[in-house]
Amino acid sequence: MNWRAIAAIFKYEMNRFVRTWKQSLVSPVISTSLYFVVFGSAIGSRIDQVEGVSYGAFIVPGLIMLTVIIQSIMNASFGIHFPKFMGTIFELLSAPVSYVEIVLGYVGAAAMKSLLIGLVILGTSYFFVDLTIAHPLAMIAFLLLTCISFSLFGFIVGIWAKNFEQMQIIPMMVVTPLIFLGGSFYSISMLPPFWQTVTLFNPVVYLVSGFRWAFYDTADVPIGLSLIAICIFTGICLFIVSWIFRTGWRIRD
Amino acid sequence: MSPILTVRDVRKTYDGGFEALKGIDLEIEEGEILALLGPNGAGKTTLISTICGITVPTSGSITVGGYDIRTDFRQTRSLIGLVPQEIALEHFETVFRTVSFSRGLFGKPRNDAYIEDVLKKLSLWDKKDAQMKELSGGMKRRVLIAKALSHEPKVLFLDEPTAGVDVALRKDMWQVVDELRASGVTIILTTHYIEEAEAIADRIGVINGGQILLVEDKAALMARMGKKQLDVILTDPIAAMPDSLKRDGLELGADGDRLIYTYDTRAERTGITRLLQDVADAGLVLRDVQTRQSSLEDIFVGLVHQDSAGDTP
Ligand SMILES: Nc1ncnc2c1ncn2[C@@H]1O[C@H](COP(=O)(O)OP(=O)(O)OP(=O)(O)O)[C@@H](O)[C@H]1O
Ligand SMILES: [Mg+2]
Repeated sequence: MNWRAIAAIFKYEMNRFVRTWKQSLVSPVISTSLYFVVFGSAIGSRIDQVEGVSYGAFIVPGLIMLTVIIQSIMNASFGIHFPKFMGTIFELLSAPVSYVEIVLGYVGAAAMKSLLIGLVILGTSYFFVDLTIAHPLAMIAFLLLTCISFSLFGFIVGIWAKNFEQMQIIPMMVVTPLIFLGGSFYSISMLPPFWQTVTLFNPVVYLVSGFRWAFYDTADVPIGLSLIAICIFTGICLFIVSWIFRTGWRIRD
Repeated sequence: MSPILTVRDVRKTYDGGFEALKGIDLEIEEGEILALLGPNGAGKTTLISTICGITVPTSGSITVGGYDIRTDFRQTRSLIGLVPQEIALEHFETVFRTVSFSRGLFGKPRNDAYIEDVLKKLSLWDKKDAQMKELSGGMKRRVLIAKALSHEPKVLFLDEPTAGVDVALRKDMWQVVDELRASGVTIILTTHYIEEAEAIADRIGVINGGQILLVEDKAALMARMGKKQLDVILTDPIAAMPDSLKRDGLELGADGDRLIYTYDTRAERTGITRLLQDVADAGLVLRDVQTRQSSLEDIFVGLVHQDSAGDTP
């Protein structure tokens, strides 16, 4: 294992993050604050408690998930797509690194960035609502798993995409709707029975529900199911990544 | 001594179906400098990319330092430094960080003193904290060289390192190449400047249409392939060539003061003795004789032209 290469990639990627910390950190914080103002205060004042939690607090886990998922995908896809676009990927391909190291470096850095952003948003939300975290360890574990699995997914998107427009399509057109429809801002139990069933096909439901359980000990779906769902998702992504590198798909001529 | 690089019957067909390499065989000894010449699209970059692991060969085998590039890719790639033809750098990164990154990527422990040394040699030290976008084209190319040298490679590929580099800088670059050669680094370079190949290479390879036309010792190549010209300068100019002298390859100079004889050093008989004999018999008095050898450029153009002509049915 070429640990130095992993460290080099990780450091290099994190450096990009630090260099652009204003865009990287400040903009998610501002947009999250906007959500709090709009959803939490404006709408929340008209909604009673949801499952025993004030509406403002209820949406915190969903908000963090929304940001963390989108950031993971964007960071990881940009991280690998940019060298492809700039041509600097030649160095990666001619270096004594296996795909395991490339993935650990890029996905590790992307996951770390979104984890940081997630924690900053968590911190920000303390300014707006009273938060309790029933299962702190589970909360961190869930957050971490989400960062890692969606960074892996983003990595795949970055390799798949032929240009920057394509790269934006997945987080904007596919993932964002899934998150909004995945119970981030409401409880599934608020929906009519038919839509409750439909919603269960949305994988994000399991993530948000599990994450919210870590905060408030209430969940739309059993926590075990949430864990299984995220593990399956991670597994699929790992499989695709290994296939990509085995075949050199869209990487090596 | 076993060669540091062997390429055996390597073929490369790109996805579109284009065969860019058509069975390349090549052996390179440790410590030598090989210049690879060939027209645009000959397959030079493809060959280098294949050896370095950027493209996958369709068939054939390649070893570097005795290791196979597929099964022992970590060993082979650690040995290799690559300066690509296209300048590809990240605009917002600084020189020092970019070069350090390469060293780390190749698994070498951090060594700022070494990086400093490399940057100084390439006259980049005062730019170490500059971002790529602040550098000129020639500087960027030197950054690429610094990146390639950052992990102390044993084999260095320079894919047209002097394209777009001014004369003074080119000299600096060859200075670096000389030093590398002295420290035992094997260098494979491609270039379109034939005088460059002539000046620094030990051996010359010519590639065209995905095939190696020849690889030969530079001096031997020029001796073997070179046409020579013999100028016989006469004391008294003549108006026309005497019939007794007329033969293939012989011309009268414009002023009538010299006979110009072009001959092939490869031929069994050059015909020089005969010519000089006949000149003396014709009663002409010689003031001087000169010989001139054709340059590598003439040889190269001749070879590629011949090869391309042979391709057409
Ligand atoms: N990725 C690719 N896909 C398809 N064809 C390619 C690809 N890269 C190169 N080729 C083709 O392979 C041939 C050899 O290209 P290569 O870049 O190796 O030439 P070269 O000898 O380096 O030329 P130059 O002197 O212009 O750099 C060319 O005909 C080129 O069009
Ligand atoms: Mg080329």
